[in-house]
Amino acid sequence: MIKYTEDHEWIAVDGDIATIGITDHAQNALGDVVFVELPEVGAAYGQGDDAAVVESVKAASEVYAPISGEVTEVNSALEDDPSLVNSSATDAGWFFKLKIADSNELDEMMDEDAYSDFIAD
Amino acid sequence: MTDTNTLLKTPLYDLHVELGGKMVPFAGYAMPVQYPLGVMKEHNHTREKAGLFDVSHMGQAYVRSNDGSDPIKHLEKIMPSALAVLKPGKMRYTVLLNEAGGIEDDLMVTRTHEPDGMAYIVVNAAFKDKDYDLIEKSLGDNLNLEPLEDRALLALQGPQAESVLAEIAPEVANLGFMEATSVTLEGVVCWVARCGYTGEDGYEISVPEEFADAFARRLLAHEDVEAIGLGARDSLRLEPGLCLSGHDFDGSKSPVEANISFCLGKKRKEAGDFIGADRILKELAEGVDTLRVGILPSGRAPAREGTEIANAEGTVIGVITSGGFGPTVGGPIAMGYVPADYSAEGTEVNLIVRGKAMPAKVAAMPFVEQRYKRKS
Repeated sequence: MIKYTEDHEWIAVDGDIATIGITDHAQNALGDVVFVELPEVGAAYGQGDDAAVVESVKAASEVYAPISGEVTEVNSALEDDPSLVNSSATDAGWFFKLKIADSNELDEMMDEDAYSDFIAD
Repeated sequence: MTDTNTLLKTPLYDLHVELGGKMVPFAGYAMPVQYPLGVMKEHNHTREKAGLFDVSHMGQAYVRSNDGSDPIKHLEKIMPSALAVLKPGKMRYTVLLNEAGGIEDDLMVTRTHEPDGMAYIVVNAAFKDKDYDLIEKSLGDNLNLEPLEDRALLALQGPQAESVLAEIAPEVANLGFMEATSVTLEGVVCWVARCGYTGEDGYEISVPEEFADAFARRLLAHEDVEAIGLGARDSLRLEPGLCLSGHDFDGSKSPVEANISFCLGKKRKEAGDFIGADRILKELAEGVDTLRVGILPSGRAPAREGTEIANAEGTVIGVITSGGFGPTVGGPIAMGYVPADYSAEGTEVNLIVRGKAMPAKVAAMPFVEQRYKRKS
């Protein structure tokens, strides 16, 4: 199951683990990504907390924890090759994984069709 | 928020939109920050081949004398470079000073070929009105400043700029760095200067506004030329360590503090015949408290304008005034002001990025070699 937020994050849910990245639409708007600051494994976030930072050539943007939980893994490949966010936003360019604290939070999020409509507006 | 309807448009606005430029407000104009190619590729293309920039938002003006006196001599009152010695067709990078010896703006001054020694100046878009006011006030009644409102300005920058432009007008190959002349381009009389602000060889071309669109299209039709937006313009000028007005100086910094003392004329320093000379001569003799330096962050995180610079003890000692990612360098680069004690190359400092201290070093500039075409 993949869900989307209004902040242009995607959340792929597998059991109680959520993998989080930014959407293709978001990477396209940001432009060339040159640096990603990832959270620490073990850090706990509430929904909407600042969890990561993605820097394009021009500017820095916050990435929020779309769902409450504890970081179980980060994509260290982004440290060596931040451009994975551009080339593979929804796959190799994932940011971090969270152990989901409250799966009810997923209910409010958009599915793929709703997100497509959202970015079309 | 800026109302986009109130933004000014350059004669190339429609072309920018047609090319897919992402238009943003900049200095009161709607300007392309990037095209579909993206900032990184635009930057690299300019370093490898040739980039075309619309700089029509910048201010072009003539300064003329009413009484036969040399207008450029008068400009020397507020500009500390050796300008009066310029021969026709020669130009110089200089700064506009205030009474306190602070830099109000930087600009290019050219002596044209007109017999009255007319000056042609190009000032930054954001400070056009302020600069014109300052110049007019300081010039007195015997000089006129005439903004050239009906001219567009294009910059063609990069190692292939010469070969591209020479296909249209072979004589541009004969211009040396910081030389300018009238050139007929496709039947239209234009003003071509061999200069720019990317660290590359290249030209700035002043054309009648009605010719701008056709001429830009002609250049873009060349396989070596891509349209380049403001994003790459910024990283291209940062890598050679070039100052950005309003950021790397803001009216308070002197040319000595800004580390651009090269623009001070030798004889002008001896004569001290410009406003703010007291401070500037004192700083040259005794040194300055703070100095603009290059900063190389050790990690990959860019340090943007406004980032605090701290010493090993955690005390904030300065601030980044320009910073970002240098595509040619392949990593973050920055410049900022630090106390003179910290200005030596290799001095270790910390940059406070998002609350965390990131190690960095004071570094020599330019970060990327300047490749201007000087005559041998």
